[in-house]
Amino acid sequence: MTTDLHLWIIPLVPLAGFLVNGLFGRKAPKPIVTAVALIGALIPMLMVSAILFRFSSLTLPYIQHIGTWISAGSFHADFAFQLDQLTLVMLCVVTGVGFLIHVYSVGYMAEEDGYWRFFAYMNLFLFFMLTLVLAENFLLMFVGWEGVGLASYLLIGFYYTRDSAANAGKKAFIVNRIGDFGFLLAMFLLISHFGTLSFSIIFTQVTLHPALEGGFLTAIALFLVLGAVGKSAQIPLYVWLPDAMEGPTPVSALIHAATMVTAGVYMIARTHVIFDRSPVALATVAIIGTATAFFAATVGMVQTDIKRVLAYSTVSQLGYMFLACGVAAYTAGIFHLVTHAFFKALLFLAAGAVIHSLSGEQDMRVMGGLRKKIPITFWTMTAAVFAISGFPPLAGFVSKDEILYQAFIAPGPGKLLWAIGLLTAGLTSFYMFRLWYMTFFGESRALPHEEEIAAAVHARRDTKIALEDDPHPGHAAHGSHGHGIHESPWIMLWPLIILAILSVIGGWMGWPEGLGGGNWFAHFLEPAVKAAHLPYEQAAVALSTGALSTGAINGANTAPAGSKQIEIILAIISTLVALAGWYAAHLMYYSRPELPDRMASSLRAGYATLKNKYWVDEIYGAVVVAPILFIARWVLNALIDRGVIDGGTLAVGYTAQGFGALVARIQSGNIRSYAGWLALFAALVLGTMYFGWAVHWIPR
Amino acid sequence: MVPISWYLVLSAILFSIGVAAFLIKRNIITVFMSIELMLNAVNLTFVAFAHQWHQVSGQIFVFFVMVVAAAEAAVGLAIIIAVFRARSTLNVDQIDLMKL
Amino acid sequence: MNLGLFIVFGALCVAGALNLLFQRHPINSALSLIVVMSSLAVLYLLLGAEFLAAAQVIVYSGAIMVLFTFVIMLLNAGKEERTHGSKMAYIAGIPGAAALLALLAFIFISRGGSFGSARLGEYIVTTTDLSRVLFKNLLLPFEVTSVLILIAILGAVALARKEH
Repeated sequence: MTTDLHLWIIPLVPLAGFLVNGLFGRKAPKPIVTAVALIGALIPMLMVSAILFRFSSLTLPYIQHIGTWISAGSFHADFAFQLDQLTLVMLCVVTGVGFLIHVYSVGYMAEEDGYWRFFAYMNLFLFFMLTLVLAENFLLMFVGWEGVGLASYLLIGFYYTRDSAANAGKKAFIVNRIGDFGFLLAMFLLISHFGTLSFSIIFTQVTLHPALEGGFLTAIALFLVLGAVGKSAQIPLYVWLPDAMEGPTPVSALIHAATMVTAGVYMIARTHVIFDRSPVALATVAIIGTATAFFAATVGMVQTDIKRVLAYSTVSQLGYMFLACGVAAYTAGIFHLVTHAFFKALLFLAAGAVIHSLSGEQDMRVMGGLRKKIPITFWTMTAAVFAISGFPPLAGFVSKDEILYQAFIAPGPGKLLWAIGLLTAGLTSFYMFRLWYMTFFGESRALPHEEEIAAAVHARRDTKIALEDDPHPGHAAHGSHGHGIHESPWIMLWPLIILAILSVIGGWMGWPEGLGGGNWFAHFLEPAVKAAHLPYEQAAVALSTGALSTGAINGANTAPAGSKQIEIILAIISTLVALAGWYAAHLMYYSRPELPDRMASSLRAGYATLKNKYWVDEIYGAVVVAPILFIARWVLNALIDRGVIDGGTLAVGYTAQGFGALVARIQSGNIRSYAGWLALFAALVLGTMYFGWAVHWIPR
Repeated sequence: MVPISWYLVLSAILFSIGVAAFLIKRNIITVFMSIELMLNAVNLTFVAFAHQWHQVSGQIFVFFVMVVAAAEAAVGLAIIIAVFRARSTLNVDQIDLMKL
Repeated sequence: MNLGLFIVFGALCVAGALNLLFQRHPINSALSLIVVMSSLAVLYLLLGAEFLAAAQVIVYSGAIMVLFTFVIMLLNAGKEERTHGSKMAYIAGIPGAAALLALLAFIFISRGGSFGSARLGEYIVTTTDLSRVLFKNLLLPFEVTSVLILIAILGAVALARKEH
């Protein structure tokens, strides 16, 4: 059936919203700006819902050509969108969570001066993210890739009057750039080997040559990994994500939890055909993911800024998704992406509500006892905390457990990866409950006066909030409320509630078969991420029908074999680990609150290392940034730019000047000198004319 | 029986003396006179060639040169008078600015 | 006799020119120049240019040089001062003049040797011949020169007038 889905409308509506709000939003009244922004987020969501209903009747992958973009010799790149199961999943996440966060932001950013600017940028981000997800070729995906980086920069630096925010935006953009460089190199290699950047053509080519593996495919895959590492904040390019918390909280929720950072995972899943042919690349992905997950969890354990804990948590959970992709369990990785979007966005939004109700306070050490005062926020956040810690039957348990199971049964170092992942799960549970206890339980440690808050924040170096004289600028107006800690308005609470419900039941669509479920999600997604292991005949059949039967796959692929018993045992172990984490947090932050300080003083070196994030930023600063700055300032600027280039140009000028000065001395104004020159040159001319013919200068 | 070339050499000598006088003398009127000397030398050349090739056009040329030299002498001397009025000097070396 | 006349008056020309060069007072230079011009008139006669010889004496020696003399007297030009104006004139000019002389002499002697000699009375251009060409073929240039002279007069008057 060739129904026209008008896919092009989905990204272009938010773009229109950006243009309207960007051009006219400054003078427009706030309700208009709100309406435009919400429509820009709502219409894509409605269109995706409509596609959902029609989905079973489509032939996949559904490709829609909008027009030709580049046509240079034998290379073509088009504006083309594609739709398959993977795309649909991503679309649902982006538009659904995106819309909820837009609604939330209406309340959160209500008092801001740059209200119109915020929503313009958010719509711009939606446009680019949707382009990234819908793209049918690498080039268009790269447009979206870069664009979300740009939107991220704009939104991180939203409070542009603050130095720290501007610096954080720059840092994010520059670190992303390093990753984008990898993506570009991968694209160049793809062009040189396949002559095209279209997904369908490349993947068909690779699939039709089952013997093709390693070599240049590994190179392409590794460069793609570099790009993903930059965008999804893995080691070594994660350093921008904690600093990105300078942006408003809805930005952290949308971009740095649910959508942009997951673009790397999406990209790996999308190009899985190439990755499946390169065991080296897959191993790299798995190792990076596991290491990052563990590393970030350790740092997140000792952070005191609520948003920073969540930032490191995001890095850690992204590590899980990378781990999943690294063991070729792409459906598990995408599933965790979806559930993570639910509970992480919820966590950030709830944290935003907490910050909002405390008039800008982000330091957990001065929180406490909020349970009774902001109950709805408390209960929704509780749902998210339990979900991320991996308690059954909530969403986080299902997806994380699936990943750990796939890691366990994977060949090679699978068990080691599983062990580290399990330990990380325990740490996750610990630091999330730590956050939970410090924020909502115990006596309120909030300071009564705002000057004291500001002074105290000044003294703390790890929060990196550079407040001048007032508290968090976006909430300066709230500071003068004067009626204490209050629940957020309903427009902010409804998205929290919806996301909380999703965090609880969202995992049920992927309930694993080992534990008695039907794993609808994995089966739904399989056709999009599973075709590469087939031998030639079945690959041809698969491609011609466009849909694959799971029976043929399970019979022919080389996916590792698991068993129901192992799955059940692993599930029980992970639940126990999560409980252990909860108990440890309960012990240290509820029943015996003097324990953390005692542990900190006794393990001073270790604690200091964690507190300072392993000094990674400082190391980068010294090893990478300082030499580059030195080269830029002294070699490129002073030596080459001013010395060679300017010098060369100036030298030409000075030469002309000097030569001119020299020649100008002939013009002395003295008649006799003129006559002297005349006589000389007249003799010369005469001589040339008479004798010139002898040397064939002048014709006879 | 004077070879024509002797006339020509004579005119060359006169011309060079004129050039030398132009370069050496400092009085502006003397410089002007050296110009007249050069013109006369050239006139001699023309007449010599006119005699050589039995053409009258050489002498016609001399005629016109004389006319022009006369006009030029008149105007030039008027200019010298004007310059003298402005600068009060007849020294060529001291008249080296364009503006009067 | 032709040769003798030529040598005498040629030498006179050169002597007068050299005197113009070496005299310090401009009036002496002017008088030397008159000598040169008169000698040249004789040389023109030797070459058969009757009208030109007459014109030379009348126009050049009689009018132009007299004009020079009047201006010298008007401006009360005195002896030349010894100022150092321009080295370049000597450095570039004298070699230039010498080179010119050498070159011209060389050309005239080497190529002019084939010209032959001038015999007295061999080719005489009468005034009639001259005017025939002048008023028939070159009437327009002739008239133009009269306009030229008119303009020169006007210019001279305008330039030399005393400003009131």
